Amino acid sequence: MGVGRRMQKQGPPEPLSEEHFANLKRKKGLPFDDPTAGEDTRRSKKQKIVKKQPKKSGSNTVAVKGAKKEEKPVKKAGTKPDHRSKESKKSRKASPDDDEEMGDEFDLEDLDSDEVDVQKLGDDFLGTDDDSVYDSDQDPVAKKEAFVFSDDEDDEEDREEKLTAANIEGLSRKLDMQREKEAEENEAELRDEALQTNIEGGDDLEDDDDQLKTKTKTLLAPDLQMLRTRITDTIRVLDDFSSLAEEGKSRAEYTSQLIKDICAYYGYNEFLAEKLFNLFPPREAFAFFEANESARPVVIRTNTLRTHRRDLAQALINRGVTLEPVGKWSKVGLQVFDSNVPLGATPEYLAGHYILQAASSFLPVMALCPQEGERVLDMASAPGGKTTHMAALMKNTGVIFANDPSKQRAKGLIGNIHRLGARNVIVCNYDAREFPRVMGGFDRVLLDAPCSGTGVIAKDPSVKTNRDEKDFLQLPHLQKQLLLAAIDSVDHASKTGGYVVYSTCSVAVEENEQVVAYALSRRPNVKLVETGLAFGKEGFTSFMGKSFHPSLKLTRRYYPHLYNVDGFFVAKFQKLGPTPANAVRANGVDKSNKPADGQAAEEAQEVVDKTPIGAECEAQDDFGSGFDDGEDKEYMERAKRNAMRRRGLDPRALKKPSAAKKTAEKGEEKKTEGAAAAAAEVTEKIEKLEVVEERKVDESAKTKTVKTTKKVVEKVTKKVEEKPKAAAPAPKKAGDKKKKVAKK
Amino acid sequence: MRPLTETEQKTVFEKLANYCTDLKSLIAPLDDGDRYVFRLNHSRVYYVRLSVANLATSVSRDALLSLGTCLGKMTKTGKFRLHITALPILSEHARHKIWVKDNGAQPFLYGSNVVKAHVGRWSEDCPEHSGVVVYSMADIPLGFGVTARSTTEARRLDPTGIVCFRQSDCGEYLRDEDTLFAG
Repeated sequence: MGVGRRMQKQGPPEPLSEEHFANLKRKKGLPFDDPTAGEDTRRSKKQKIVKKQPKKSGSNTVAVKGAKKEEKPVKKAGTKPDHRSKESKKSRKASPDDDEEMGDEFDLEDLDSDEVDVQKLGDDFLGTDDDSVYDSDQDPVAKKEAFVFSDDEDDEEDREEKLTAANIEGLSRKLDMQREKEAEENEAELRDEALQTNIEGGDDLEDDDDQLKTKTKTLLAPDLQMLRTRITDTIRVLDDFSSLAEEGKSRAEYTSQLIKDICAYYGYNEFLAEKLFNLFPPREAFAFFEANESARPVVIRTNTLRTHRRDLAQALINRGVTLEPVGKWSKVGLQVFDSNVPLGATPEYLAGHYILQAASSFLPVMALCPQEGERVLDMASAPGGKTTHMAALMKNTGVIFANDPSKQRAKGLIGNIHRLGARNVIVCNYDAREFPRVMGGFDRVLLDAPCSGTGVIAKDPSVKTNRDEKDFLQLPHLQKQLLLAAIDSVDHASKTGGYVVYSTCSVAVEENEQVVAYALSRRPNVKLVETGLAFGKEGFTSFMGKSFHPSLKLTRRYYPHLYNVDGFFVAKFQKLGPTPANAVRANGVDKSNKPADGQAAEEAQEVVDKTPIGAECEAQDDFGSGFDDGEDKEYMERAKRNAMRRRGLDPRALKKPSAAKKTAEKGEEKKTEGAAAAAAEVTEKIEKLEVVEERKVDESAKTKTVKTTKKVVEKVTKKVEEKPKAAAPAPKKAGDKKKKVAKK
Repeated sequence: MRPLTETEQKTVFEKLANYCTDLKSLIAPLDDGDRYVFRLNHSRVYYVRLSVANLATSVSRDALLSLGTCLGKMTKTGKFRLHITALPILSEHARHKIWVKDNGAQPFLYGSNVVKAHVGRWSEDCPEHSGVVVYSMADIPLGFGVTARSTTEARRLDPTGIVCFRQSDCGEYLRDEDTLFAG
């Protein structure tokens, strides 16, 4: 690029000084030379200056000039302002010609002074402390001004303590002595403490515990061998407690010790370990935990739309796959032991002759048993193993609605559907709770609900640590909503069907029996029926103080340590009649027409989305008797009137057309579901618009009159409406219009 | 979701006619009174029973992702591109077929063209540049393509000569699984 103008204007950068480097080194603690003793630097500087003279380039002279300026303020007072002005002129003008001229001018002036200096230097420049040459290096004050470091002050103080080659030995000796002292003090402390504990005494077992605790505290890996032996010993004791238990140790102590060991050995968090431990007797629990450490065998399902199991098995064996039928319970499953070729890339796989699917996933479809020509809904169908299974069973007749709330996962679902040649499938992307609104009247519904995954720990070990109490409150809430939606989507009058199958890949009671029991209590028109599955353990009818309906024994539980399949749960419902009009809906909308009493109100509150999670059953038990409806009503009325006044509405509007509305509403109770559904759609639209504001308004609207009149008012003013009220007056909307017409 | 317009239908049929013998059987009424129809959703053409299509009208356009069998995609310029998902329909009514030997099935599924050495047998009187469905020796459809030479000319080819250009193969279910079904 060549020499730029910068060099002419600013001159070359100031030469780096030894003191600068010395400072840096000192800060870093490296050995360095004392810069004040550097005569060589000065000499070299002078040499440089001398050398630059003959060049007569503007840059050098400018630099020198700059240095000289500072040094000889008196001598060059006259020239100084000129220099400065010339410099400023230089900076303003950008033309190279001017610069060169200026430079020449400078040259002339500087030449004079330099010659003077040169003469002064002459033969004697070595070692002379000549003031004529200003060496910025040697001025410590100027040095400090030029380079400002924030911790300069500290430097001066710490200077002596910084490491140099000289004092490194002494300092390290000091450190060693310090360390020794500290170590001695620590040991003395420990000895004192030990003496104290010895005086207090303790059991042998406690010492062992302390040993283990100190071991783990010092972050060593837990002694797995010891843990395992202790686990097996504890289980042996718990099996035969009366004879093998130690004196003074309760069963609870043994159990808590065992759970801690299980956490440490297998890597569970305490919450989950205790939860899973409580499902089984101790020995079976141990088998369960052990089974979760090893993977279940790979299973493939033949696609009966394209091939038969025998032909497929033959073709795969020819490719070098070792397989055998998965069991007597399935006609389409093949268990693979090992294979030379990647199972997910064989030509048979690509041609859609089979799909890799866990054996437990065959079970819900086998329980549901969809017939040809039926209309079936799969509420959470990705990645599509169960959907394609159903299509194969239905022989591509009828219709399957494969819904999945995740668009990303739906891609894999569509891929599997096309690959396996299922032609009767409609794939949609709704939140499954919307379901009877999108479409209802299905013959069968399969709900393989999203769950905590405690049955598939072998596949996904992160479940051991990720699951906590919150998950076991949120997930069952969602599952209950989905199950209610599933039940509402079934056509009870279906000639061939009317079944719902609810399944999860979890073994927790909160997600299985409790959800089923909830559905049974909220939908009196459904009942549990036999799943038709050949194997599996019966579901719990009571667990940890909670007792469920006796028909729960018709549900089936599957465990990895019993059947070598993933943990699973299957329940089959049959819908016998239409959903009652006052039933709670899946999205918490209460379509109750009766004047709400405390019970129904609480029930409504329990399923509304906004209730604090966990308040469902417990709320009824703990607080059901504690509410006084009359008093509540007063407060509610007052709050409502306040709310309306705040919004500028006339509270007296609530009182007027009560009688007329009541009769109209009763008439509407006999409306068909279709109209209700349509109205529900409208209300839900309103709800969506007003979700946020609803929370502010008092939620306790119980009286119909308030609801309906408010509805009228709000239609006019487009104000917030309470959620339960929104649902209730939905069918009355048409009624309102009628009334308005009638009035006019 | 909507039925195809006249021009769209024409394009689709033209493309299918390349591979299929009688197109009328595609939309002929079935025994149970039902028949297959074409529907368009998000520029993809679906081949589906009428009863299923009618039920799918209750699903909103954004939420409807797929119905029946996806034949392919209508491009922005109005041309129609067949996807591998149409293979079952093509293989049912295929006019010309090529059977590939077992050692040739793997390369074809990996995406290369059919080479004469891999051909087991092919149907007679295939003109040049005509649509053909590729099968394995076990009569499993593997994909479809376009003949490079007519049958008579292909006989004179040396073993490394390309007999059929691959247009689509089953391996795309794995290779293109992200793009094949854009949600």
